[in-house]
Amino acid sequence: AEEDFSWFDLTEIELLRVKCLPHTLDVLRASSLYTPFHIQLSHKTQRARAHRRFIELLPPESRNVEDSLRVRVSTEQILTLPELKANPFRERICRVFSTAPERDSLSFEDFLDLFSVFSDAATPEIKSHYAFRIFDFDDDGTLNKEDLKCLVNCLTGDGQDTQLTSSEMKQLIENILEESDIDRDGTINLSEFQHVISRSPDFTSSFKIVL
Amino acid sequence: MALARCRYTPPSPKIRGSRKSILEYSPSSECPDPASALPPTMTSTAGTWNSGGGEARLGRSPSCLLLRLFFFFSPPSPLSRRAAMSDTSSVSRLSWNGNRDDSFLDYNLLTSMTVSFLQELPSYRSIVRRRTSILSRDKSGGTLLKPASSEIRSYLETGKSEREHLGSQSIRKYALNISEKRRLREIQEAQVKYLSDWDQWKQYSTKSWKRFIEEAKELASHLELWKNDIRSIEAKFGTGIQSYFSFLRFLVILNSVIFTIIFLFILLPIILTKYKITESTFLILPSNEVDMRCKVYPVNSTGLIYFYTYMIDLLSGTGFLEWTSLFYGHYTVDGIKFKNFTYDLPLAYLLTTVVCLALSLLWIVKRSVEGFKQNLVRSEEQFQSYCNKIFAGWDFCITDQSTAKLKHSSIQYELKTDLEEERIRKKIAERTPEETLRIYSLRMLLNAIVITVLAACFYAIYVATVFSQEHMKKEIDKMVFGENLLILYLPSIVITLANFITPLIFSKIIHYEDYSPAFEIRLTLLRCVFMRLSTICVLVLTLGSKITFCDNEECRVCGYNHKIYPCWENQFGQEMYKLTIFDLIINLAMTVFVEFPRKLLVTHCSSWKVIRYWGQQEFAIPDNVLGIVYAQTICWIGSFFSPLLPAIATVKFIIIFYVKEISLMHTCRPSTRPFRASNSNFFFLLVLLIGLTLAFIPLGISMTHIPSSKACGPFTNYNTSWEVVPKTISTFPSALQTFINSITSEAFAVPFFIVICLIMFYFIALAGAHKRVVVQLRQQLAMESRDKRYLIRRLTEAQEEMRNRPS
Repeated sequence: AEEDFSWFDLTEIELLRVKCLPHTLDVLRASSLYTPFHIQLSHKTQRARAHRRFIELLPPESRNVEDSLRVRVSTEQILTLPELKANPFRERICRVFSTAPERDSLSFEDFLDLFSVFSDAATPEIKSHYAFRIFDFDDDGTLNKEDLKCLVNCLTGDGQDTQLTSSEMKQLIENILEESDIDRDGTINLSEFQHVISRSPDFTSSFKIVL
Repeated sequence: MALARCRYTPPSPKIRGSRKSILEYSPSSECPDPASALPPTMTSTAGTWNSGGGEARLGRSPSCLLLRLFFFFSPPSPLSRRAAMSDTSSVSRLSWNGNRDDSFLDYNLLTSMTVSFLQELPSYRSIVRRRTSILSRDKSGGTLLKPASSEIRSYLETGKSEREHLGSQSIRKYALNISEKRRLREIQEAQVKYLSDWDQWKQYSTKSWKRFIEEAKELASHLELWKNDIRSIEAKFGTGIQSYFSFLRFLVILNSVIFTIIFLFILLPIILTKYKITESTFLILPSNEVDMRCKVYPVNSTGLIYFYTYMIDLLSGTGFLEWTSLFYGHYTVDGIKFKNFTYDLPLAYLLTTVVCLALSLLWIVKRSVEGFKQNLVRSEEQFQSYCNKIFAGWDFCITDQSTAKLKHSSIQYELKTDLEEERIRKKIAERTPEETLRIYSLRMLLNAIVITVLAACFYAIYVATVFSQEHMKKEIDKMVFGENLLILYLPSIVITLANFITPLIFSKIIHYEDYSPAFEIRLTLLRCVFMRLSTICVLVLTLGSKITFCDNEECRVCGYNHKIYPCWENQFGQEMYKLTIFDLIINLAMTVFVEFPRKLLVTHCSSWKVIRYWGQQEFAIPDNVLGIVYAQTICWIGSFFSPLLPAIATVKFIIIFYVKEISLMHTCRPSTRPFRASNSNFFFLLVLLIGLTLAFIPLGISMTHIPSSKACGPFTNYNTSWEVVPKTISTFPSALQTFINSITSEAFAVPFFIVICLIMFYFIALAGAHKRVVVQLRQQLAMESRDKRYLIRRLTEAQEEMRNRPS
């Protein structure tokens, strides 16, 4: 019986519950329904802010509570958010957090998920897990040299003049692998990545988005 | 189960990489036994490695392990049948939501066997075990990563749940998306039914307690000072600049707490006396030992006050301000009688200052411990600098486009300089003896120049202070307003000028010294810190020497120069007051008269090349931090002589906060050379700590060695201000007295010191041993991974064989 129990049913139940509550304020209170789900956005104000942000992205006719919980927003629209506009990893972030089949749109839950991972309350382990997935450009589960190259290019900017020369890049990638690839197989896996990150003093303070 | 578990593993542990490397692995090379690589003591000290070594030994006979594996996968086994079933079900479900991780799909189908095996491998397990044990030690309480969220996912899929695994763990810690979390919660809630009442109640109460804590935290966060300002700064400019403003906020809070303590224990009793709520005894008239000459304190004219004298008094703390509670001289009350006891004001005055300094010390140390720990870890892991820069390099807080552009270029700059530094290091290693000699002699010369510059600055400050002190007492009326003010403020002006010019000279000099770029920055910063803080020292020392120096025999009478300084503590307080005020004025003036016109020029006359090249003022974090540390050091030194100085400093820092915020938002641009938040937090507090230790020295000397002035202040009856403490102790019961005496005697202090040294040596030795163990563990880890690759290779061979056999 448990196998038939798909998560779409659950969402429907949630929506029914939400429909009984007319005002946005109540939805925010209703989003304390979400508290048991332990979204890392523990503060109600933050959740409220996220919801407001999400509603702003919707077309005017569906700017109500019910639609906001059902509708998906495409990646292009998400990318117009000021919080993500300047971020070089914005496309990767959207891709990682999307639960849509084509990975091209975000529901409100995905949206909440995104900002909860980037909030202060998220544990360093959660953060490093998602950072790994964001940095894994080809989605193959390890950071190989190509991923590192993309990562460095994202960091230094897209322009031709800002990129490192190929010899510098080669040297840099070798250095990175030297430091983090504990088992010397030429790629960085999740546990190696998390090990490195646990020793990186800047990571938790910089891996967050202020809503 | 095991197969299903790995299905979701988002990063299926590096199949691609390991496969590539398998080809490079030569089977002829023998895997050395990792356990034998360790010294015998190791296996007993590092408990977790016993198992690791044992498992690695298994790896030495892979054929035996492979046999087991084949047994595991062979059809008749009931265990494997279940595995196969769950495998097919997982395949079908993969097609259902396979779109979620379509990229792993082919992998999971093809290599699910290998993957499952990989997770069972000893070295993988030991990595997981080691990491969790480290984390649990660090966090002391359940926040460690659940070994792999994939396992949780598998529970979600199979519906089978292990009670102890899910238990009452917070779902928040799993890296799952919300819909998956919801399912997990359903499972948890279903489990709750099977728990006993006591457990249910326990779970419920912990949950509600957690929620209560969260609510309380949320409420408390509203009270946080400048929360929104700092937030918006962080959102716009990143964490480096945010840390500066947090530091400023910390100083505001620290100063207001110090002021509160001073208010409660010094000011409040005096105020109560003033309004006749309590009675107080004023100072007992002089005992005969003290010369009458020391008691003369001429009060300045109280006649008609011109506006400009009023202004001068306000700016320099003389005249009418001299006799307010702003300065030491005002506190002439000896004891305040409450119903049952007498409040000893001199003792309270001294102890309050000591307590405030001790409180600041503890607070700063407490704050810096975290950063210090991180710094230690980082300095141990020097080789991790690249990883830190790459993986934690981007500041996700940045939302401003131009800041983002700056960040891009700064990261690029940093990486390039790092790579260059490596090259330079190589070059230094290859340097010929003549070159080395040349560079060292050049550096000696340049250091001599630096010392000369510093000496010149110190001499200038000395001369200015002496001049200002000698001319201050001249008739005010005969002077022009500006001239008078100039003389009064001469030391402050010279100090500010020195602080402005020397960093420029230092940054020019450093280019010729041929250091690596990172060291260049550090050395310049170090010199600036030294300069900033030692200027205060020079001023204080000059004042001290002026106070205790007399031309003829007169000093013997009172122990200090009573002619010029009838109440020297007041003069000292005035100097500190002037420095504080002048620093604030300079800060404001820089913003209004330099940064703002510069911004106007840049925005409106950008056609001129010179101006465009010049650009907007940079918001350099180190300089700004040095500025406020300097102000804080003055406040600490002055707090004994001018008890209200912390209050002034609080107001001053609040003003500076807003001024800096405005100038950052509107007239400045963030520095091209970034400052890392982790670096900065420790650096700020370190400099502050140096400032505090610096403040201890003059205060200690003035309290214990310079005789307190006999004409004013709470310590007229004592030789030095510290004398009040032994005198109070002598009124204690004799048992307590002997106890205190024995604690402060050498007989106690020397053994105590020795014991502390021994403990320190023990910890140093421990740290060294840990470092060695880390190196050995690292080697062992690399060896185990070689085992793993070897095993995988054998396994894939075996798989191929199996596949080929039926066909």
